[in-house]
Amino acid sequence: MRERILIFGGVAIFLVLFTYPVWHAKAASTQAQPPKLQLPADAKECVAPISSMRAAHMQLLIDWRENAVRNGVRRVHATNGKSYDASLTRTCLGCHSRAEFCDKCHGYSGVSAPSCWQCHNESKLISGRAQ
Amino acid sequence: MIENALVGSRKYWLWISALLVLIAIGMLFYMRQLTYGLGVTGLSRDVTWGLYISQFTFFVGVAASAVMVVLPYYLHDYKQFGKITILGELLAVAAVTMCMLFIFVDMGQPARVMNVLLHPTPHSMMFWDMISLNGYLLLNGVVAFTTLSAERKGVATPHWVKPFIYLSIPWAVSIHTVTAFLYSGLAARPFWMTAVLAPRFLASAFASGPALLILLILVLRRTTGYDPGAAALGKLKTIMTYAATISVFFVLMELFTAFYSGIPEHREHFEFLYIGLDGQTGLVPWMWVSVILMVAALAMLYSSRVRMGNQALAVSCVCIFISLWIEKGMGLIVGGLVPSALGSVAKYQPTMPEWGIVIGIWAIGTLMVTVFYKITVGVRSAS
Amino acid sequence: MTITRKQFLMFAAASLAGVAGAKVVSGAEVVREIGKKEGKRWAMAVDFQKCRWDQGCTQCSAACNRTHNVPDIPNKAQEVKWIWKEKYQTVFRQESELVNPTLTGHPLSLLCNHCSKPACTKVCPTGATWKREEDGVVMMDWHRCIGCRYCMAACPYGSRSFNFVDPRPYVANINPEFPTRTRGVVEKCNFCEERLAKGQIPACVENCSERALTFGDQNDANSDIRRLLASRYAIQRQPELGTGPAVYYLI
Repeated sequence: MRERILIFGGVAIFLVLFTYPVWHAKAASTQAQPPKLQLPADAKECVAPISSMRAAHMQLLIDWRENAVRNGVRRVHATNGKSYDASLTRTCLGCHSRAEFCDKCHGYSGVSAPSCWQCHNESKLISGRAQ
Repeated sequence: MIENALVGSRKYWLWISALLVLIAIGMLFYMRQLTYGLGVTGLSRDVTWGLYISQFTFFVGVAASAVMVVLPYYLHDYKQFGKITILGELLAVAAVTMCMLFIFVDMGQPARVMNVLLHPTPHSMMFWDMISLNGYLLLNGVVAFTTLSAERKGVATPHWVKPFIYLSIPWAVSIHTVTAFLYSGLAARPFWMTAVLAPRFLASAFASGPALLILLILVLRRTTGYDPGAAALGKLKTIMTYAATISVFFVLMELFTAFYSGIPEHREHFEFLYIGLDGQTGLVPWMWVSVILMVAALAMLYSSRVRMGNQALAVSCVCIFISLWIEKGMGLIVGGLVPSALGSVAKYQPTMPEWGIVIGIWAIGTLMVTVFYKITVGVRSAS
Repeated sequence: MTITRKQFLMFAAASLAGVAGAKVVSGAEVVREIGKKEGKRWAMAVDFQKCRWDQGCTQCSAACNRTHNVPDIPNKAQEVKWIWKEKYQTVFRQESELVNPTLTGHPLSLLCNHCSKPACTKVCPTGATWKREEDGVVMMDWHRCIGCRYCMAACPYGSRSFNFVDPRPYVANINPEFPTRTRGVVEKCNFCEERLAKGQIPACVENCSERALTFGDQNDANSDIRRLLASRYAIQRQPELGTGPAVYYLI
């Protein structure tokens, strides 16, 4: 009889803790805002259609990376017909600001970027412009 | 089966708690190493492998030594080993786990460890080492737990276990040979690049493994009354003695080749270890302690021949174990890297975080052995 | 059709092993040779008697460190270096001082030898370092390196360094054109392969005002380096090990 109280009490506490992510925002009456991304100032089109970039940009980055590092292929022909320098810093970060673009979504969705920034730098173009 | 490990005396639980504390401390030190990098260790650009890899090398030997109890029992029907084959196999599981943990904590980017399997490199001995260690873990784990659970159920061991047992015999030899190949194929390191390294590894493994096994059996006998019998202990003692003798012989062979040929690149490593080089004498007292312990142990073992009291046996086992732990551990790894390719004599001293992590891993191995043996004794005394 | 629990578990285990095995097999790396046209072999000749290191010159190492964000680690035991100087008698240790008396005290530059049969690439368990077949450069993939340091143990020349700590704080001026490295990976001279791809010569060679370093394709009989090697006596570090180094020290 005694145990029943403990068991049900324990289950109740567990359920409360388990569903914390669902109710805490409402309880604190904050509303999660989707991130406002700062799009590149001058470039009109991306290296690939936005839908495919949204779905698979990491795969594109990895493909470009493996090709550049392991096969020495430094210029890639993208699906839009143009050729690009396969460089994270010069090409990708040449248009996108890391803080205003990449980190915004990755932070919001909690998808930690696979530590690109431990090694790769910001483009001087963007950081120069930002100043 | 696990329930056997969840009941015990106060002393048992104190022991488990102490081990858990050591493991927790080791984990805290490891978190620090993960955050800061391997800079928390005493490793350097010259001495790039140290305490972690030395422990890995030594305990692979302990893991391989299970073959010394499995082979006589299963291939030669040596029935006296009936009560210790399981102990040897379970010790092997714990030892191999420790080895893999030692490698893991030594890696600069441990999160990428799967790259070894995702991008197989058959030309690298380290790739084969990963395969063989994991295979050995699987083999011994499957064999030990199947035989034990069959005993628990009171049935005969299933037939399909037999091929695994037979496979574990050459596999045990292979894990230590592959580990030796890690070192003995490096043209850059004359101290390691010797054909006798793999035989040396096996000899010292078959001495240090049984030494540890004897000690564990003596402890088991004292704490639980589980007695494999005097014949088994005596045979283990014999194996340990001859293996240790052969190991010493191999070391003497190495000393002859190095010093008689006089080639500096070969000779200097032994000078660094036993005499000191360029003012660096850090390892000299350790190496001589190793020598003295081995000589003392062999003197005890050879002078007693047949009858040997438990205390004397325990002392000689401890001496052999520690002696080989020094010589095959730090002596082998640091000795191979000092002097460096450019002849510089670096000083290597493991730091507190390094020791903390190593002790934590030892504690994990000890915890595994404790739990495994508790289960074994529980199952065997029930049946 | 009834299936026992044992059968189900065995089927599940077999499926898992099959999937895992397929993943491993499909990931097997095949080193692809791109356009193995004429088979270049980049090499460097060090005319170290022109070197003015003992007069305080650090042009080659400074240029390399600048270009590649090589950190200046305060703890020298854990330093990272791609090109550095040692004295002649340290490098060619077993040579009697009477063989080349004028050379004994000279500084000479040490760097990765970009061997034709590298000991380091043989032992790498992940393929994070490999020899590029079309020009002989021994490459590093810092994305794949697990930091096991086996390559450092295998290199007979001590050319490789490990990032014991995060190197970024120790890089004075980060060159944004080249990444830094993260802690826990091994690095070494890469023969400025990113510059070679743009048709430039290595930074150290370009910045040595004494023109002590000569760089070129040793497979091209008409290259500067081949003509230099034909006219001068040169030695290499530990050639008896069979590694086939591509760095020559001119006597």
